[in-house]
Amino acid sequence: MSIAAHLVIAPIAIPALAAPVALLVMRRKRRLGVAVSLTACVAMLVTALALLAQAGGGAVRSYAMGGWPAPFGIVLVIDRLSGIMLLLAATLSLITMVHAVVTRTDRKGWHFHPLFQFQLLGLNGAFLTGDLFNLFVFFEVLLIASYGLMLHGQGPARLKAGVQYVIVNIVGSSLFLVALGLLYALTGTLNMADMGARVAAIPAGDQGLLRIAALLLTSVFALKAALVPLHLWLPRTYAVTTPAVAALFALMTKVGVYALLRVVPQVFGADAGAAAWAPAPWLLPAALLSTALGFAGVFVARRLSEQAAYAVIGSTGTLMIAIAAWRPETLGAAIYYMIHSTLAGAALFLVADVVARRRAGHGDATAPGPAFAGRQATALLFMAAAIAVAGLPPLSGFIGKLLVLRSVAGLTGWGWSWAVILGATLLGVIGFARAGSAIFWKDDGESVAHGHARTANADLAAPLAAILLLVALAAGAGPATRFAGQAAAQLLDPAANAAAVMEPR
Amino acid sequence: MITLELLVASAIGVLAAGGIYLVLRGRTFQVVLGLTLFSYAVNLFLFASGRLKIDRPPIWSKTVADYADPLPQALVLTAIVITFGMTALAVILMLRAFLESGSDQVDGEACPASQEDEA
Repeated sequence: MSIAAHLVIAPIAIPALAAPVALLVMRRKRRLGVAVSLTACVAMLVTALALLAQAGGGAVRSYAMGGWPAPFGIVLVIDRLSGIMLLLAATLSLITMVHAVVTRTDRKGWHFHPLFQFQLLGLNGAFLTGDLFNLFVFFEVLLIASYGLMLHGQGPARLKAGVQYVIVNIVGSSLFLVALGLLYALTGTLNMADMGARVAAIPAGDQGLLRIAALLLTSVFALKAALVPLHLWLPRTYAVTTPAVAALFALMTKVGVYALLRVVPQVFGADAGAAAWAPAPWLLPAALLSTALGFAGVFVARRLSEQAAYAVIGSTGTLMIAIAAWRPETLGAAIYYMIHSTLAGAALFLVADVVARRRAGHGDATAPGPAFAGRQATALLFMAAAIAVAGLPPLSGFIGKLLVLRSVAGLTGWGWSWAVILGATLLGVIGFARAGSAIFWKDDGESVAHGHARTANADLAAPLAAILLLVALAAGAGPATRFAGQAAAQLLDPAANAAAVMEPR
Repeated sequence: MITLELLVASAIGVLAAGGIYLVLRGRTFQVVLGLTLFSYAVNLFLFASGRLKIDRPPIWSKTVADYADPLPQALVLTAIVITFGMTALAVILMLRAFLESGSDQVDGEACPASQEDEA
């Protein structure tokens, strides 16, 4: 095998090496540890670009770990969607990492950088693996790292939310294992491509069990994606955690969405008998509720980070409205919107962090406070992030929502989808406008800012970078949507996927 | 006649029921116990997903016609390790939360029972 063929393992290997190295050198030489961590992020970005370029040709490539052929060994599979997700993870991690270093968030504890790298290891692994049990393992890796990151900086509020977050996720993981056990007992394999080929041959007596497994798996992924009614853990966790970490977590709910996109067409597709598209009828109502509730949360939230957390729920809901139809055009719209909503959610968390830092004493509460340094610049960034999240022109949120609306038009229940998406957008716009005018336009009378008057504006760089990426996504909407459409078509062609996985080389 | 299947199935059922009940309790210690019980149930279930077989080698060879499925055993091993780590983390986390907030309730509210004890 050439070096290029081994590149598939790099997104997993790089953070796996960087994390322990950063852990070891951190105590003696802080700067070296930070440098290792940043270099790893840049290296991941380069690899992700190279992998996306390889996958862009349309060939599904599989990488048999240890040389064991599928379905006996564990395989990594890279197609267009995995490539997109890897690039998204690498970009977002670089932005949040830079923000954490610039704002010195990473100095609040010793283990920020190693945990961050382990988190990336889990994320990249989950995006690459072609084996269902391996997916579980990578989910655990990213969850364990996320527990540490979520508690970074500590404090009673974080610990309280952390306990609930950990309990919810342990229960979720147990249910994941139950579903895995059922599927293994029924099909005798854990390789997704192999499983997809075998579910068709399951005897009629076991179809009920298969359906249960499908729905259990869907609920687990919906829990990770924070779909209503499994969303209760998210606002609390994301709102109290360090915003730089929350910005990275904006990608974590998308892992649940990605897992659904990966597993449902491949395993529970048209050939799956009683379990064919079993999750589909449940997803649309849940998605509609999530959208409505998420943006209602944006409307009533009292802090910017809380608002951003509800926005994550709302945008995941919008995403799922498109996914629930399982058609090529809706999935294409969903993939475009997924890229956008991850970056937009992260931008909003980062802006909330900037506001909280500069308004010491008032934090990011959406109430009038003193004037602070760089208020106009921050206000502009907030406006851009809010426009993106709410889905107004000219940023990519508008294009994404338009694509979603257009793709679901004419399908069953499309009236509801349109009404909920448009109504929720209005709620979101009002909520963001209210928050922005309270923070940036009103003074509470005290003209002196309590925060130290800083002239350095380095903390504005990361949110600005996220916004610029959104601008680029909007400007390059043509090629981006075309690529997303191709990725969706590839997802809905499980036979070609299986052929590539089962006969590597 | 009590069969092996009935025994294993009822053990999984009882463990899962007890685990779910305890996870839904308000205090962190009971929740930890519940998570542990539930993970036992899950591990047994995973084990059973390779079919219940007694006295069979888990290795395939030409001389062995009937063998036990080794894969679920490997899966259970992985799951045990992960659950063990998770439980340890949860215990430490809940201890810290108790020490910092003075409440061992999962929702972080003041504990009504302990106030009664003091009164």
